[in-house]
Amino acid sequence: MLKVKVHSEASADFNKDIPRVDWHDETLWFVREKRDKAVFQIPEWELLRETASQIKNNVLANIHDYLIQFESNAKANGVIVHWAADAEEHNKIVHAIMQRQGVKQMVKSKSMLTEECHLNEYLAEKGIEVIDSDLGERIVQFRKEPPSHIVLPAIHLKKEDVSETFHEHLGTEKGNNDPQYLTEAARLHLRDTFLTRKVALTGVNFAVAETGEFVVCTNEGNADMGVHLADVHIASMGFEKIIPQRNHLGVFLRLLARSATGQPITTFSSHFSKPRVGKEMHIIIVDNGRSTQLGRDDFRNSLKCIRCGACMNTCPVYRRSGGHSYHNAVAGPIGSILAPNLDMSKNADLPFASTLCGSCTNVCPVKIDIHDQLYKWRQVLVKEGHTSIGKTLAMNGMATVLSKPMVFDLAGKAGRFIMEKIPSLISNDLNSWYKQREMPAPPEESFREWYSKNGKESKSQNNG
Amino acid sequence: MRIGLFIPCYVDQFYPKVGIATYELLQKLGCEVYFPSAQTCCGQPMANSGYEYLSKGCDANFIANFAKYDYIVCPSGSCVLHIKDHLHDEKNEALASQIRERVFELTEFLTDILKVETIEGNFPHRVGMHISCHGQRGLKLSQMSELNAPYFSKPEQLLKGIKGLELVSLSRKDECCGFGGTFCVTEEAISVKMGQDRIKDHEEHNVDYITGFDMSCLMHLEGILKRQKSPIKTIHIAEILNTIC
Repeated sequence: MLKVKVHSEASADFNKDIPRVDWHDETLWFVREKRDKAVFQIPEWELLRETASQIKNNVLANIHDYLIQFESNAKANGVIVHWAADAEEHNKIVHAIMQRQGVKQMVKSKSMLTEECHLNEYLAEKGIEVIDSDLGERIVQFRKEPPSHIVLPAIHLKKEDVSETFHEHLGTEKGNNDPQYLTEAARLHLRDTFLTRKVALTGVNFAVAETGEFVVCTNEGNADMGVHLADVHIASMGFEKIIPQRNHLGVFLRLLARSATGQPITTFSSHFSKPRVGKEMHIIIVDNGRSTQLGRDDFRNSLKCIRCGACMNTCPVYRRSGGHSYHNAVAGPIGSILAPNLDMSKNADLPFASTLCGSCTNVCPVKIDIHDQLYKWRQVLVKEGHTSIGKTLAMNGMATVLSKPMVFDLAGKAGRFIMEKIPSLISNDLNSWYKQREMPAPPEESFREWYSKNGKESKSQNNG
Repeated sequence: MRIGLFIPCYVDQFYPKVGIATYELLQKLGCEVYFPSAQTCCGQPMANSGYEYLSKGCDANFIANFAKYDYIVCPSGSCVLHIKDHLHDEKNEALASQIRERVFELTEFLTDILKVETIEGNFPHRVGMHISCHGQRGLKLSQMSELNAPYFSKPEQLLKGIKGLELVSLSRKDECCGFGGTFCVTEEAISVKMGQDRIKDHEEHNVDYITGFDMSCLMHLEGILKRQKSPIKTIHIAEILNTIC
């Protein structure tokens, strides 16, 4: 297996093609601006965010009771409920359902949870073919790539890339980049998939404890098309998707699409409560590290996430590094606070892939303190030893210089002396500041030197 | 009112003119200002890199230097935010807590404590304002573009009285410049790209100067501007305000 590149390396690679970086940045910024336009039309927007945040805090504080309530109501509705402790158990449950049906094909609408569980790869090994029916997901699936964004899975691709991919896999005309033409080709291809699949899997956006129903939001109607034509509907959900009451949808559905794409609401917000006569409906409730995160005081509220992707669209680092540089199912700021919970050593770079600018926290519709958690993960990762010896040595040296006034003064003088007299010692290729930036010009004296000559205390020795 | 002047370590070493402008400005406004000479660094470089536990020495030194002042004023939003959020003293947490409440970034000190409406100085140039993230989203020096909330800007309010100063309106009002402390070297490619993009926005609005309330961001932008041999200059807001008549 290829070594996974850390974020700084992968993003440096991404930045080898600057026009593409600019295009990626501008495309996602356009989505951020659409979000702003939609949001600023709602006078009570900040109140909605606060309400959603408090509902989710309540959910996380009482998750056990809500899950049991949800299970019991769903069962009463005729739904089969499964519990999966981790990704493997989730995948096994899905496979067992497929085996009972005796089918080798599945149609699946968007579910970041199944990305997190690597369901497609698991089923492929068992000889089961999964077709992703979300257009963006289908495109990246053809290319054997993971989604680069949780809402816009193929946002890293231009229409020329899509045309090339469709030419290869769907036999479309080479070089025809007309979006209408390409979409039509995908539509025909997926229509056949919808008609022939017996099992359809969907994600879950919201699961309502008081009714046992769940809501799936899509713009393409692909979740509905899949499940309405199949005999078996499997819905996979992370356990944090619970909301207590149906009327809470009036808060969350208003927030979700506005935050995600600037639409007032997704084209389809489908409520599922019970199987059709003679058909089966399964819900798989997945933990996969969520209990651990729930137990981490500083990081618990990351589980409030409703997967809108607003933090990605606003993140100046994400926009310029692309989703794949985060090497995790969920990229961007939210991914960077979720991933270390799953595996600290593999994801130790992610909380550092941020300037801590705080934009993410302030677009988040459920008010997750994302940038504060990035800071806190950095402390945890260093304490747990997921850092290099070189960095620790450098930091210790820095701490010594910066905490001792005499040493600081001397080091400052020496540093400025070197910058003045032997600039090549600092302005060279080993200094990654200097690679694309000039060093500041060293002044003749520091502020403290100036102050000792010109400050009030030196002028009238009796103050201070 | 005794003010302890808190000059960030890199400003002390590389941009003494910003320290001087801050010192002179506060004096012109009638303040009694002192520079505690044994101050060093707020500890943010270690803390943001995950080594907060190594910043205790800086905390102790900061407290020793600044405990006796009524207010602590600093020409950097980022360093002030670090002190406000992370300064602790295991032996005397009450004192640390008092200090956290008494530390102010320069422009907010002028508008909120000194109740300065605006500054009548002179700076006849086209200027773009770089809104640094920690000052904006952390200290709330101005309204951030993410929130559906009324607009305000403490630094802009102060600049309104500067004669000849033409403040441009940028396309992206408050996008991060990519400095980010050690991020600027650990994520060099993205850091520089973010800086270049920020500069482009200012260039497209034909500015002569980029100003701001955080010299660290301006140092990063200045480094890129100089490499690009750009005629655009950076200037700390204290230097503009210090042109007060």
